[in-house]
Amino acid sequence: MERQRVQELEAQCIEEQPPACTAGCPIHLDVRGMMDHLRKGDFASGFGIVARFLPFPSIVSRICDHPCELVCKRAEAGEPLRINDAERACVDHGFKASALPRPQRAQRKRRIAIVGAGLSGLTAAVDLGMKGYETVVFEAKPEVLGRIRDWKRPPLPASLIETDLEVLKTVGIVVRANTSVGDDEVTIASLVDDFDAIYLGLGSRPVLDHSIDLQLDESGRAVIDPLTFATSHPKVFAGGCHRYGPAVYSPIMSLHDGRYAAMSIDRMFQGASLSANRETQGPYQTRLFTKTSVYTALPAIVPAEMAQGYSAAEAVEEASRCFPCHCLECVKVCEYLAHYGSYPKRYIREIYNNDCIVMGAHKTNRMANTCSLCGLCEAVCPEHLPMAGFCQEARQSMVQKGKMQSSFHDFPLRDMAFSNSDAFAMARHQPGSTASAFLFFPGCQLAASSPDHVAAAYQYLGERLSGGVGLMLGCCGAPAHWGGREDLFQSALGTISAQWNDMGRPAIITACSSCYRVFKDNLPDLPVSSIWSVLDEIGLPPVTLGRNLQPLAIHDPCTTRQEEAVQKSVRNLLNHLGVSPIELNEPGLTTCCGFGGLMSFANPDVADKTVDRRAKDSDADYVTYCAMCRDNFARRGKPAMHILDLVFGKTENPAAREDPGFSRRQENRARLKNMLLREVWHEPMIDEQDLPELNVSPKVHALAEKRLILLSEVRDVIAHAETTSEKIRDSKSGHFIAAFRPHAVTYWVEYSLEGEGFAVHNVYSHRMKVGTDQPS
Amino acid sequence: MSDEQDQAPQFICGKCNIPLSMGKVSVAYMGNSFEVDLLRCPQCNLVLVPEDLALGKMLKVEQALEEK
Ligand code: SF4
Ligand code: SF4
Ligand code: SF4
Ligand SMILES: [Zn+2]
Repeated sequence: MERQRVQELEAQCIEEQPPACTAGCPIHLDVRGMMDHLRKGDFASGFGIVARFLPFPSIVSRICDHPCELVCKRAEAGEPLRINDAERACVDHGFKASALPRPQRAQRKRRIAIVGAGLSGLTAAVDLGMKGYETVVFEAKPEVLGRIRDWKRPPLPASLIETDLEVLKTVGIVVRANTSVGDDEVTIASLVDDFDAIYLGLGSRPVLDHSIDLQLDESGRAVIDPLTFATSHPKVFAGGCHRYGPAVYSPIMSLHDGRYAAMSIDRMFQGASLSANRETQGPYQTRLFTKTSVYTALPAIVPAEMAQGYSAAEAVEEASRCFPCHCLECVKVCEYLAHYGSYPKRYIREIYNNDCIVMGAHKTNRMANTCSLCGLCEAVCPEHLPMAGFCQEARQSMVQKGKMQSSFHDFPLRDMAFSNSDAFAMARHQPGSTASAFLFFPGCQLAASSPDHVAAAYQYLGERLSGGVGLMLGCCGAPAHWGGREDLFQSALGTISAQWNDMGRPAIITACSSCYRVFKDNLPDLPVSSIWSVLDEIGLPPVTLGRNLQPLAIHDPCTTRQEEAVQKSVRNLLNHLGVSPIELNEPGLTTCCGFGGLMSFANPDVADKTVDRRAKDSDADYVTYCAMCRDNFARRGKPAMHILDLVFGKTENPAAREDPGFSRRQENRARLKNMLLREVWHEPMIDEQDLPELNVSPKVHALAEKRLILLSEVRDVIAHAETTSEKIRDSKSGHFIAAFRPHAVTYWVEYSLEGEGFAVHNVYSHRMKVGTDQPS
Repeated sequence: MSDEQDQAPQFICGKCNIPLSMGKVSVAYMGNSFEVDLLRCPQCNLVLVPEDLALGKMLKVEQALEEK
């Protein structure tokens, strides 16, 4: 995986962008965090946040001009949060002197002169003092913060101002009051000589002290760089209302200027670039997306006693209106993304880091292999981050580096190998013809689930289409693709396209949406259409349903997410069948059934959660057009039918059909091939071995399915044990216990003789190789 | 002996018809191998891996080795 591309993907996920309030606050106060604490009534922690951002929390929490409130997303569902009042509540109900920030211990050997003890000057002084610099404040008036002391709307209690000014002592800031810079004694020039840096917080009046050569604007105020607060003199910085003139006064912008000028001074001392990485300094627009349409509109909570501010209860109530803003659109719809407790930006980083480790714990492997590759996240993501593509790439990389756990995928890969072996795979022209204009590719899973429907559909297509309809049985290779096994995938595709060539390049008709996707995406030369579009065009066979169908809800397979034409054809067919399905969602926002991406093998629990969640979307029975979706719903007890059940089905209630399970899937495929060879092509069948009769109770069968053990494997174990006598007799139960290891897994079966056959009592397996599995 | 029945060996090798007994058996996975004590036939070395071991400790070790 390429580092740069991974970084681009990471950047596409905007969940870590700040909420609008924080981005809009000139000093980026963590409003969301504060609201989280307030919601829980934790005023002390709320105060901790306020004090971390505001050098004078009691003052600023009462006088801030709160531009944050103008952009609060709550405005889209009611009124914006009263953020400044909430801050004040943190101070009023959570103030603790011990929670105030402490200066750094290390003293630094630089001295800074601050001219003017307004909000901007004192903020610069406190910030620099906190870092250990020596700061001296020069103020012409007898007291600092003169403007704040005269504040009228409403007046601030003097005691409160004194509380906030304690910090000057804590930090050790020297204040030289009654000292007007520009008089004979102290001038800017003398400060430049005596100090390492100067901050001018001169207020809105012009610069009167011309002792140094400072570039001024037409109104006589210093020209200030809006990003760095540098002036034309390298040692001199300036900000506050000196930047704006007398017409406006924004306390929070003064604070902002002092803070970021202090940052520049610190950078200058460190020899760092003054202008680098300051793009998000000051108010800006966040990229964070928050879906507000799902929230009920709520009006703001107004303090009953405006002058008193919020009571604790009022503050909690107000904070409860904070959403809080997050994106997480994908996490809300995906069990996999929710399961790991975070969001794609983090997942991408973890999976990529995991990919880079040579040795060490590859714990994240399972994470990358749990994604169902269904693409829903990309469809709902405001930035369209392709998580599925990323997980697939990660899997390929794991395989290439030899780091893929074989236990994740070897069962489905062996199932695929079965489907592409002689037991199932075949390709024939229509009986009686030597050419094919069409080629029906039903897919391995429909054959596994409903072999009779495959035979019926093939017969119908053969009757209705001219030019010859060939048949190809096999697996398209999707499991290999999903498992990152490009080698196996390409070889499956190679076989298919070679046969397609041999058959005269017919138009392919597939009945599986995964096959359809695989062909469309990977074999662009093959003209492929879905059987649903074909049936929509040629019409359905006469159907004698005669059933009283319950209302059905339609589940589109995730692999048809982008196939609007297919989705539409299916709905047309359903209408013909007398079904007007309930829509669960926009077809493009359909979910996975839990089988996609081999999720159910790498992480069965998450796969079950996925299908169960989908099953709950409607109480109605489901109709779908993917055999795997159908069977997965059935496996979890959700009544579901395949659309072909409505066309060719013979049972009274197809939605009650059981999941065939893995063993029967393979048997169904093999049986279908034999049945077709015998009845359609009149060819000899594949040898059916004389298999020993097995008696497997439903309980043991369910266990075998869960443990991914096929009945054919159980037979192999027993056959091996019975021919070699390599079996152990349990004298307590009288049963035999035997093992066989055909490939990478050792299967154990506990069985007993029963008439001509065997009763199976238990099955289990392990992957470790024990002793000399073969006799020594 | 009076408790002979409790002492009677439960597992008998189907090939050699003698009781299994505890012995050192090597297990291997993903290039790692180690020895464990398991019931095995002292004559032909046929080993018994009980269900709880296969699905418990063995599975844990397998997963740990896979994640290495
Ligand atoms: S300091 Fe002012 S602008 Fe920032 S969050 Fe608080 S009220 Fe809003
Ligand atoms: S709803 Fe909460 S998190 Fe979102 S902008 Fe408003 S205060 Fe900030
Ligand atoms: S939808 Fe998901 S991936 Fe997209 S930005 Fe939001 S959290 Fe990130
Ligand atoms: Zn033996």
